Amino acid sequence: MTIGFLILAIVTMAGVVAAMSMRHLIHCVLALTLGFAGLAMLYLQLEAQFVGLTQLLVYVGGVAILAVFAIMTTHSSEPVARPGTSYWLGGCVVATAVFILLAHAIEKSGVGARTMPAAPVGGVKEIGVALMSGYILPLEIVGLLLTAALVGAVVVATGEGSGKR
Amino acid sequence: MTTLSHYLLLSALIFAVGMAGALTRRNAILVLVGIELMLNAANLNLIAFWRYGPHPEALTGVMFAVFSITVAAAEAAVGLGLILALHRHMQTTDLDKVTGMKG
Repeated sequence: MTIGFLILAIVTMAGVVAAMSMRHLIHCVLALTLGFAGLAMLYLQLEAQFVGLTQLLVYVGGVAILAVFAIMTTHSSEPVARPGTSYWLGGCVVATAVFILLAHAIEKSGVGARTMPAAPVGGVKEIGVALMSGYILPLEIVGLLLTAALVGAVVVATGEGSGKR
Repeated sequence: MTTLSHYLLLSALIFAVGMAGALTRRNAILVLVGIELMLNAANLNLIAFWRYGPHPEALTGVMFAVFSITVAAAEAAVGLGLILALHRHMQTTDLDKVTGMKG
């Protein structure tokens, strides 16, 4: 385990855990931004530059801002738990069980011992050529999906039938 | 030297934290954030397997991760739009109070 990976893992985990456990929603999203940025750095460390920068653009620049917008327009805060309706224990037990299962599977399978091979050629040019040749059909489908999601999100959020667009 | 299992364990940890958040938080926005974290853990897995795989020059893992990020972004946009619509109908984003389907 290199020191760089250790630092990035600790920063990412701190951001992720804070995002899921803090009381104030805006603080949650700020911590989430830290977690997303840490993940982007991990991608860069794995020499997937394109994915790392995409992660920064889409998540830190897009999804986190969208979540802040949603929190501010709905004035929402974490509701106080009424007695007898707490899922805290059950949710944590289920999540811990899932983690133990996954960790057990990772340890049992032999893939974990692999060490990093020589740096691959995965620059933006190669990715662009691959997107325009072998992956052209998924690219077009994703374009269609994004258009549909954009139109759908606007229709759902403005409220159909209200007449005010 | 960092081995593949370090990345896989980190990704499993992020997945578990996101799942705990999605199951325990009551605010709809934070449940959506938990789901995003679970998707991100899957992306980290894809990139780690691509980097440690025998044929990294095929770029399969990178392509999977890029398309997965795109779909996750579309899902976040539609999900937050749904939360705004929910808030307009019911004046709350508390999932415990959202018990009916008819707006």
